[in-house]
Amino acid sequence: MNHDTYPDAYIRDILLKHAVFAVVGASAKTTRPSYYVMKYLAAKGYDVIPVSPGLGGRTVADRVVVPSLAEIGRPVDVVDIFRNSDAAFAVTEEAIRIGAKVIWMQIGVRNDAAARLAEEAGLKVVMNRCPKIEYGRLSGEIGWTGVNSRTLSSRRPLLGPKGGQQRTLRDET
Amino acid sequence: MSEERTPGFNTLAIHAGARPDASTGARVTPIYQTTSYVFDDADHAAALFNLETFGNIYSRIMNPTQAVLEERMAALEGGTAALAVASGHAAQAIVFHTLMEPGGEFVAARQLYGGSINQFGEASRSSDWHVQWADTTDAESFRAAVSPKTRAIFVESIANPGGIVTDIAAISAVAKEAGVPLIVDNTLATPYLMQPKEYGADIIVHSLTKFLGGHGNSVGGVIVDCGTFDWMASGRYPTLSEPCASYHGMTLGETFGNFAFAIACRVLGLRDLGPAIAPMNAFLILNGIETLPLRMQRHCDNARQVAEWLSDHDKVAWVNYAGLPGNSFHGTAMLYCPKGAGAVFTFGLKDGYEAGIALVGKVELFSHLANIGDTRSLIIHPASTTHRQLGDEARERAGAGADVVRLSVGLEDVDDIIADLDQALEAI
Ligand SMILES: Cc1ncc(COP(=O)(O)O)c(C=O)c1O
Repeated sequence: MNHDTYPDAYIRDILLKHAVFAVVGASAKTTRPSYYVMKYLAAKGYDVIPVSPGLGGRTVADRVVVPSLAEIGRPVDVVDIFRNSDAAFAVTEEAIRIGAKVIWMQIGVRNDAAARLAEEAGLKVVMNRCPKIEYGRLSGEIGWTGVNSRTLSSRRPLLGPKGGQQRTLRDET
Repeated sequence: MSEERTPGFNTLAIHAGARPDASTGARVTPIYQTTSYVFDDADHAAALFNLETFGNIYSRIMNPTQAVLEERMAALEGGTAALAVASGHAAQAIVFHTLMEPGGEFVAARQLYGGSINQFGEASRSSDWHVQWADTTDAESFRAAVSPKTRAIFVESIANPGGIVTDIAAISAVAKEAGVPLIVDNTLATPYLMQPKEYGADIIVHSLTKFLGGHGNSVGGVIVDCGTFDWMASGRYPTLSEPCASYHGMTLGETFGNFAFAIACRVLGLRDLGPAIAPMNAFLILNGIETLPLRMQRHCDNARQVAEWLSDHDKVAWVNYAGLPGNSFHGTAMLYCPKGAGAVFTFGLKDGYEAGIALVGKVELFSHLANIGDTRSLIIHPASTTHRQLGDEARERAGAGADVVRLSVGLEDVDDIIADLDQALEAI
């Protein structure tokens, strides 16, 4: 897998087929990017689990923080890493141990050795991307803020189940 | 469309940002003539106000017709995001409102649209920011004007009305050395002729009023964030790099990464200053942009023929069109905008100021008015109109001396355009 650019279909497939996101390095501060990502993914219907050793048991973004991936105790699909690039390796090893299906490293986070390890274990890998931005881009929602989604389509987008101001990753077929 | 293909410019001009309407299936972007938008529920409302989710709140800050225009412009300029506003000048005002602090300076080319010279010289004085002028034909003059207080450099890609094509790459090198963003006003070129981002622009502004809208029916402006400048690298741009009190301490530069500048312009600049574009204007400009590539090429082809014809006329002292071989900016034009040097240029009448005033009174097809970039051919005598408020020296420097006549060549048959100039020159 080339990790410099990803086909839209690859990202869309990951976001459509997985429901449980563990957010490693979740901050208690409501001004940090991890908070915005958790709130947005939860609003889109994903099951979001904040993970942070120092915050275990506290509530962040309306969810109880689990100290480590191993302590989550239920299947995790995507491990979303809000740590520095070096720390991403150990997180990846733990994610493989708990049977996660996707390693997702946030913007600014890239560890090619971790990516190789994960891919050899059969996981998919996304690096240096944000799932909130990717969901917003592929659904078209991000264009409401004037952001270039770099997508074109003449198919009608489908509204989300919750109302007029929500889009999904699916088009009218 | 398969993912690996990058769509071409013509395709983007028609499609970027515009999907069929999600509720009605309307294929053309509707005019969302509404001030406000119902929230899905209270949580959704809170999430919108906290910038946690994407969506519409109130049309001073965003509107779905405007949003399509923004995404279209970001795509055409190769930027990460854009903000459309009520006019080109509103775009510039918001850019500087976002970048500057009291006591700060920016360096701007002397060869600018007269209104921009006014805006930078007069209007910014009350905000206590200060412009330092430089010569757009000489990158060294920008280097000399930079000081520790400099926060940005501003140039026009093709200067109005001087017919100068700016060596953007050379001035970008100065901006990079100084650690400040380069802002390029790309109004006269449009992204069809030139994409300033390729040469190192960090922020692009346009008056959409001109060739982009293209039909002389709507005033509008846009700011394009190229996503290239690191706002967090220095403490010089606190609006982006410091926690923002009105968004609960969020740091915009961190949260929004490579489109943070466009977001800051919207959620602070447009929110607080208020020059929103009308949905109707956004719609008309979008409609214009769909044919930009076709129109712009014809504008340039006509302009070149008119410039050639004028060069041979005995009442004409000189023609300043970078599209003509022999013009001092022809080399730069061939490098930066080989498809054409735009459709706005100036020429001088041997009989000076009075002849200029007489000529605008004799034309019949040309409209005598203060605009450029219309389907119609336009004419003006800048010294007695657009550049009237400037002193003699500033007028000369801006390329609007007493004998100068400016044309914006339209899309009529070029023979008719030339015939009109012929009869008018005959009559003076
Ligand atoms: C090069 C250039 N920049 C900016 C502007 C200002 O745009 P607006 O009139 O839309 O405010 C103009 C208008 O003539 C212009 O020619």
